[in-house]
This record gives sequence, C-alpha cells and structure tokens, in this order.
Amino acid sequence: MARFFAKHLLFLLFTLLVVSFLVFTLNEFSPGAVARKILGAYATQEQVDVLTKQMGLDRPVLVRYVEYLGGLASGDSRLRGTHLFLNGEVYDRGAVALALGGPYTVSTIVFKHLANTVLLAAIAFACIVPLSTLLGVVAGMRESSRVDRVILMFSTVVASIPEFALGVFLASVFVVWLGWLPGTATLVAGGGWSVAAQLVLPVTVVVLFDSGYVVSMIRASMVEVMQRPYIRTAVLKGLPFRAVILRHALRNAMLTPITVIMLQINYLVAGVVVVETVFAYPGFGRMILEAALFKDIALIEAGALVAVFLAVLTNILGDIAYMLLDPRIRA
Amino acid sequence: MSTPATAEALPASPPAASRLRPHAWWRRLAALGESTPASVGVVIVLAWVALALLAPLIAPYPPNANDMAALAHTTPSRAHWLGTDQLGRDLFSRILWGARPVLIIAPLAVLGAAALGSLLGLVGGYYGRWIDLVITRACDIVLSFPVIILYMIILAHVGSSAWNIVGVLTLTKAPIIARIVRGMTLDLREREYVAAAKMRGESALYIMLVEILPNARGPLVVDMCLRTGYNVIIIGSLGFLGIGLPPPDPDWGGMVKDTYGMMMVWPHMALFPCAAISSLVVGFNLLAVGLRELGLRD
Repeated sequence: MARFFAKHLLFLLFTLLVVSFLVFTLNEFSPGAVARKILGAYATQEQVDVLTKQMGLDRPVLVRYVEYLGGLASGDSRLRGTHLFLNGEVYDRGAVALALGGPYTVSTIVFKHLANTVLLAAIAFACIVPLSTLLGVVAGMRESSRVDRVILMFSTVVASIPEFALGVFLASVFVVWLGWLPGTATLVAGGGWSVAAQLVLPVTVVVLFDSGYVVSMIRASMVEVMQRPYIRTAVLKGLPFRAVILRHALRNAMLTPITVIMLQINYLVAGVVVVETVFAYPGFGRMILEAALFKDIALIEAGALVAVFLAVLTNILGDIAYMLLDPRIRA
Repeated sequence: MSTPATAEALPASPPAASRLRPHAWWRRLAALGESTPASVGVVIVLAWVALALLAPLIAPYPPNANDMAALAHTTPSRAHWLGTDQLGRDLFSRILWGARPVLIIAPLAVLGAAALGSLLGLVGGYYGRWIDLVITRACDIVLSFPVIILYMIILAHVGSSAWNIVGVLTLTKAPIIARIVRGMTLDLREREYVAAAKMRGESALYIMLVEILPNARGPLVVDMCLRTGYNVIIIGSLGFLGIGLPPPDPDWGGMVKDTYGMMMVWPHMALFPCAAISSLVVGFNLLAVGLRELGLRD
C-alpha cells in the first residue's frame, strides 16, 4: 500500500516537472520572445530590449526555469503576474473579472475560474454517474435485447455529436424556439434569468455528451460479466434476476469502468472548454484558451500545470477506487 | 527473400492466409451488410466522401462568393437551398466544400497516429526492459495532458494550418494506439510463428512488421474508426474555438463559430453545419460499433 502511493506520488511529481519544463521552454525559449509577446507587434525593438533586461529574460532558459520553480514552490505567483496588467483586455471581460475587482495575480485568476468550472463539473458528475450506471447496466444485462439496442444506439449517437453542435441544437429549441432558458451562462443573474436557469443548458450538454461514452463502457463491462460462470450459477440456483444483478453482477461490472469514470473528472474540469465557449461560461478551459490566444504566458504556464496536476491526480484516484472495489488487489 | 526454402517448411504465419484469398476484402465488405449499424455507418461515410469529391460539380456557387442580394433574405430559398450565411455565401456550397478538409485531415491524422503508435507499441512490447519503460512513461505523460488544452497551447504558438492540425492530432493520438499495440505485442511475441521467424534468422523489424503487426490489426481497425470520428469532432471544435483552419475557406466548426451568435435571428446558419458534422461522426461511430459486433461474432 505504501509502495503504491509512493510510486504514484513520484510519477505525479515527475510528470509535473516534465510538463512544466516543456511548457516553460515552449513559451520562453528565445530571450526576446516573452517581452515581444507582452508588448505586442507595434513596440520598437528598444522597448523590447529594455523590458527583456528589466525582467531578467536575457539569462539562460534553464536558470529562469529553476527560478520559476522556486517561485511556484514559495507560492509567489505575483512575481510573474506582472504580465497580466499589460494584457488587461482578457481580464476586464466577464463576470469573474468584475467580481474580482482587485489586482489580479495569476493564482487569483486561475482559482476563480477553476471554482466556476468545478461547480459545472460537480453538477454534471452527479448526473453522469447514476444516469450512465443505470443505462449501462440495464443495457448490458440482456445483450442484444431491444432495450440494449435502443440504449446502445442512443449512447453512440449522443457521443457522436460534438459539444458545440449539441449546444446549438439544444439552444435552438429551448432558447430560440421555446424561449424557456437563457442562451448564455455568465453566472451573473440578469435579463430575468437566475444562475440556476443559466446552468441548465451547459450541464445538459456536458451530461449528454459524456454519458454516451461512459454508458458504452459500463455496458461492455456488464455484458462481459453476465457471461461469467458465477452469474450462471446464481441464476441456476434460482435467485431472482434482480438479486443476481444487484448482488453479483453490479459490483464486478463496475470494476473496469470505475477508472473510466474517474477519468471523466479530468474531462469535466479541463475538457469542457467548448461548452464554456458556447455558453460564455467563465470557466477554467476558456481562461486557458483566452490566455493562449492573447499569448499571456504566465497564465498559460500556470493553467497548464494545474490542468496536468488534476489529470494525474484523477488517474491516481481512479487506481485507488479500483483497489477499494477489487478485493484481490486490496489483500 | 533470403530463405524461401526453409520458410515453406516452418509453420505458416496467419497473415499469409489473407494473401491466399484475393477476394477476401470484398467478402469482408459484404459482411458489413450483416450488421445494421455498420451498413448505416458505411452509407453515411461514403455519402459524405462522394459529396466531398463531387463538390466542384454539385455545389451551385463558389464557396467564398458573396451574394449581396441574398442578404435581404438569408433563409433557405429556391436560389439558396440551405440559405446563406451572414456574408451572403451559399450555405449548401460551403457545407459541401467544408467536407473536404475534414475528410482529408481526420483520416490522415489517424494514419499518422497508427503508424507512429504501432511503431512505439511494437518496439516497446517486443524489446521490453528499459525501452518499454521509457516509451510507456512518455505515452503516459502525453495522455495525462488534457488533450484540448494541449491543442490550444501548441496551436496558439505555432499557428494553425492543416498540417499543424494533422501533426498535433498525430502526436496526441499515437500514445493510445501505442498502448493497444504494446499490450497485444506482449502476448503475440511468445507465439510459435514468432519463434519460427527468429529461428530462420529474420530481423527484428521484419518480425515486428510482418509477423506481429498484422495479427494485432483487429482491435486496431475498430479503434482507428473511432479515432477518425473523434478527430472529426476535434477538428470541428478547434474551428469553433477559432484555432482551426484559417478563413475564408469553409470549415464546419468555423462556420458555427461565425454564426452561432446570431441564432436568435438566423438559427439556420449554425444549425446546418452542426447537422453536417454530427452526421459524419455518427457515421464513423456506427461503423466502429458494427465492426466490433462483427469482430465478436467470429
């Protein structure tokens, strides 16, 4: 057990180190690049040189990387947050920037956006798990039955529609045609819409798109489990079908998908940038997109690190969940 | 061929079987008809391929031509079957032309990922030891990175073009293929026909490519089909996020990006490209479902 954690923790640190180095060098390899990106295309070369000197960017990239790591370790993100004042246009937009009001450090911005996305992800996750477990188990317990066919088709089709298309389809019905819901989710109540009403469409799009995939995983696992000898024994023993499913099949069928389910957290936090863009949701993914489009280096680096940290962490959580469910590994 | 005589005496490797039957792939294509999802998928995908190929003949207007007169009534009419977009460009023509980049980039990136991933998986699984460890860890790191964020960062730096999208898609999908191929290689390298090939002195490269890889193709084909569908989604999403193919040439995701803000007034401008991309991905995914079904049957 201790070895298991040590191994995973080591891998987490190693991954973070590699990724931070890659992102850092990608952004800052050539000395003048950072200053040029901050000042924009119309600054003179002299201005760029002065800023390069001021920020110490003329030193080797390795030295700056180590300094950057030191800054991260001591929590001093303000040090590198100077970029943000120069690139103000990204942060003056949207509800979060208005609510923030103060001087924006990298960590404030990252965590405010992250909190918004976690809200969306948490609601979606709470819907996805029971919904896809139910559909997956019902479909998989009688392979090739009519119910199975319908659920399989539904999950395949739903998982095939890109999130932006799903958003457009739902919005055209519920926003344009029926007028029941707002088309944007800025998390600021306005125009007669509450925040709860704003969340309905983004959550629905995420839940539908993601459930399609998870349902097919759970179904496949369930189909496999139903062919095992112990299920046949349980049926032949005369147990009611419901008991066979609930007591014997369900637990074993959830073993493989549990890692898949945990990986969805990763998608829900970092991958929903498209949904966030459709509904103008002030989330983490859209923050990184804007940072990338505006070449806001400090924000890209911090965002990438947080994203990878979350990704590896959910991987580890998946392994732990697997271990807790499977007595053979636990022992 | 250095050892033709001894090769006959040794156990024939399974891939030789498919070479003996010249019509095997025809029969396999006909077998697709046995599965409803597969046949629907094939029809949808082939229909889009035909539309993309024939776009210059079918499309009533050049894709980037502005019809200023049509701007007064952008909704579908007899002159413009699907209406026009906000710049008066014929939507039907743009959707047809927009099928071309998607149908080139998505399969190309899948082939690239399959080639790179198979190579990594074969080498890792065949040699084992530290080579395997390095490859597996490198793949884990790429896989741990949220894909769409990786695209955003890379494409924002190198700029987006068709080739850059192919490159990025190849790099990020290869680890998944590598993982599948590695797992199968670990199993296949212990088979008799691999031992036989080793004994008759074949090179490691020959064994990997001719003896092992063809026997790993079943799951690989299903996965490549799924990957193509996902690639279409990603290409569309990149276009929608504004980091896809550069304008003005039609790109389904970009068409939605330009027009979804006007949905309250003209929903058709965003709806038709969305329907186009959705139907294509549904086609690829149904094909994958059908292939898996057929694979399980025999």
